[in-house]
Amino acid sequence: MEKTNQFDVIIIGGGATGAGTARDCALRGLSVLLVERFDFTAGATGRNHGLLHSGARYAVTDGESATECIKENMILRRIARHCVEETGGLFITLPDDDLAYQALFVDSCNRAGIKAEVIDPDLARRLEPSVNPTLIGAVKVPDGAIDPFRLTTANIIDATRHGAKVLTYHEVTSLITDATGRVVGVNMRDSRTGATSSAHSQLVINAGGIWGHNIASMAGVTVNMFPAKGALLIFGHRINNMVINRCRKPANADILVPGDTICLIGTTSDRVPFDQVDNMEVTPAEVDILMSEGAKLAPELARTRILRAYAGVRPLVASDDDPSGRSISRGIVCLDHARRDGVEGFITITGGKLMTYRLMAEWATDLACQKLGVDARCTTDRDPLPGSEPSEVRKQRRLKGWRRTKSHVIELSTDQKAAEGRHGTMSSKIDRKDPAAESLVCECEQVSVAEVNYAISELHVQNLLNLRRRTRMGMGTCQGQLCACRAAGLLDSSGACAKDTLADLADFINERWKGMSPVGWGETIEEAQFMSWLYEGVCGLL
Amino acid sequence: MTTDTPLSNISPNNFEQCVKCTVCTVYCPVTAVNPLYPGPKQAGPDGERYRLKRGDFYNEALKYCLNCKRCEVSCPSGVRIGDIIQQARMKYSHGSAGLRDRMLAHTDLMGGIATRLSPTVNGILRLTPVKMAMDLTLGIDRHRTFPSYTPRKFTTWFRRHAAAHQERYTRRVTYFHGCYVNYNFPRLGKDFVKLFNACGIGVDLMPGEKCCGVARIANRLIKQATDAARTNLREIRTAVSRGNDVVATSSTCILTMRDEYPHLLGLDNADVRDNIMTATRYLYRLIESGQVRLVFKENGFPYHLAYHTPCHMAKLGWGVYSIELLKMIPGAMVTVLDNNCCGIAGTYGFKKENYKYSQAIGKTLFDSIARENPDFVVTDCETCKWQIEMSTPYRVVNPISILADAIDFEATRQANMQ
Repeated sequence: MEKTNQFDVIIIGGGATGAGTARDCALRGLSVLLVERFDFTAGATGRNHGLLHSGARYAVTDGESATECIKENMILRRIARHCVEETGGLFITLPDDDLAYQALFVDSCNRAGIKAEVIDPDLARRLEPSVNPTLIGAVKVPDGAIDPFRLTTANIIDATRHGAKVLTYHEVTSLITDATGRVVGVNMRDSRTGATSSAHSQLVINAGGIWGHNIASMAGVTVNMFPAKGALLIFGHRINNMVINRCRKPANADILVPGDTICLIGTTSDRVPFDQVDNMEVTPAEVDILMSEGAKLAPELARTRILRAYAGVRPLVASDDDPSGRSISRGIVCLDHARRDGVEGFITITGGKLMTYRLMAEWATDLACQKLGVDARCTTDRDPLPGSEPSEVRKQRRLKGWRRTKSHVIELSTDQKAAEGRHGTMSSKIDRKDPAAESLVCECEQVSVAEVNYAISELHVQNLLNLRRRTRMGMGTCQGQLCACRAAGLLDSSGACAKDTLADLADFINERWKGMSPVGWGETIEEAQFMSWLYEGVCGLL
Repeated sequence: MTTDTPLSNISPNNFEQCVKCTVCTVYCPVTAVNPLYPGPKQAGPDGERYRLKRGDFYNEALKYCLNCKRCEVSCPSGVRIGDIIQQARMKYSHGSAGLRDRMLAHTDLMGGIATRLSPTVNGILRLTPVKMAMDLTLGIDRHRTFPSYTPRKFTTWFRRHAAAHQERYTRRVTYFHGCYVNYNFPRLGKDFVKLFNACGIGVDLMPGEKCCGVARIANRLIKQATDAARTNLREIRTAVSRGNDVVATSSTCILTMRDEYPHLLGLDNADVRDNIMTATRYLYRLIESGQVRLVFKENGFPYHLAYHTPCHMAKLGWGVYSIELLKMIPGAMVTVLDNNCCGIAGTYGFKKENYKYSQAIGKTLFDSIARENPDFVVTDCETCKWQIEMSTPYRVVNPISILADAIDFEATRQANMQ
């Protein structure tokens, strides 16, 4: 036990909220340790729509959330430019829906400050050709797409730049309390080696999402969480370039989001028991409902290849016994356990959603600063994240897709353009001096050897799963078939791989299969079959 | 299923059927020699996902695609990779076609002018200073020689010497001669008429025939290609309504009219597609069903023939008809060369930036021809002929010309009299 392991705050959880809180605390001059059980974005942060909510979805049922959403929406467009795609969104009324709801919807949006514009169904069909052509009404709202992996990574990078220390694959096993019952640190176990360690702090912030329930119980307090499972399907390519929602009370499978090279339909909402939150599997019934409801938004979905299915768990804080979980506010819950439960040194930040991660971080950090007697204002609504610095962005935009050399301007290759999209201005750090590094690791998602090497050295990569979340490697059509073994080779030779490379490769392939199996028909099963020939038959692996 | 939404899961986006096996890239002749080209899988199905996201993911390196369609032939999932690449070039490529590309693409316009001045044009185009000038100003590679233009077009010859006596045949076929036969090499058209007449088949031409449009498509002159295609389809429909099939001695013209019209130009030809075929397929099927008989010269045809399957013939899957016809010739020794691209791909190989790659692609074929050392190389494609003749010392002949030479004209005519 090292006594020097002393911090102002320890943050538990490497999702968007934890990463955002670590950044905010670090920017305000606190010394920070962030502890994550597995990898960044391994929980609900990496298992959602990637929707940059305009707030319109909540406008009718939850005005407060809607107002938060639209404010954060506008902030993220500024500070996280490289994670955001400004697609715009449509709320469509289908013949089955009540057109009268549209007026209430627009009115509620306006009250929340969301620019909602009723447009002619014809115009909607022109703006978004994939939309269900039978629509009878359409409203345009400032929805967009946001990449939660990039967003979280950028927060982590900025936090570490400002002195934060980050530990992934460290699970908090218990909280350390002093004689007065005050929380003063955490005991951890390295989930790869089993080695135990501990760290001390004046404050512990629980940002563990649904797993925060267990963290809270370590402190002897109860946060009455409500695990609500949401399942989604990822399609092989983009069929829509605008977000498409149903203009009615929120229900199952009524949002279709274009995200990078793919599009996603979701979600469902079902209460799940706590002991199930670590093994979420998508059921055939969920796939059916996502497909049939999704095809109502865009009929082409029914004929589009599905890459995979996945499910996340929303960390809602239960306030009543509503079985659907939809009437519960998605509002932010920031608990000072000293006031609430008499436990000093412990804060829980939960509820909320990806859209409001920054505001959640601000609230938690405000509380932390107040408790620590630090007088520092939040600047995360103004300071751009690494990758989105405005001067650099302007330079990059002027030469979009091209690069100036001494004598002339040359076109960037597709993978270079893709890397610019993924890493924003940080892509200039990718070392492309060696022409061989231009060869591709992931062909579907255009990830080059140079980008993989950059991710391994700069973005906390210890295994293939980490690499996937940092670069999109293995997220494309073939789901790791061609890239996994190439990337495993690079990871192995870099020495960064934390465990046996072959075992890591097997884990990665099995994780891909887990998402493919619920939608295992058509081209998806052919792809999986081909993958098993390659890995089992040709390489003799797994 | 909770609704009656038809969940066929068969995408209208054909590229989704790609299982990323990468066999197309293995068979791509360009990928093997040109590191700047991303290869058919990258340029086609993989790139398409990015272009659907945003058009500026289009990469100009797609211009290196030959459109040989070997990727499509090799694809086990039936993905129309070549079409995806051509469509992307049509949709996203920056700028319009330059003067050179327009000149190369308008084979019929240029041919029409050049035939009138053919002795002068042929002479001038062979002069080294002219070739240097075209290389420097237009970007047409100095190593290339344009095929010579004929002083008298095939259609003129046909009108004066053949049209009148076609009426005596009851079985008729419509001959799509194409630009090459009309402006450069009427001899092949004459051989075609001779052979088919001998077989008791009358030959009609399409009065409004235009260039099939392949060179315009390759040079992104889509409006001009579509105009030509519309005219040709109208003419083809007229011919088919009279009971004629439409045949050509060029495999590329046939592939363009059958497949590129619907796939790239969006023109529906389903009603007449089955009536469009290569001359050798048409003839072989009549011979095989006993409706036509070839009688060959008594002293035989003692030559070694090496058949080269043009890429577009391979795509059609019809090389076998030409090969089987050649094998019918007594005394001829027929070797089928390994299936390799010659590298020229129509106007592609004439462009300065492609010359090096064009020759590198063709090398395997040139070497295998040299190993066989045949009397003639036989192929159904005129641009393969130019390329092989420019790059090797061998003469290249269309199978129709070989057959026209090998038959005993009188005896064949007698055998097919009704």
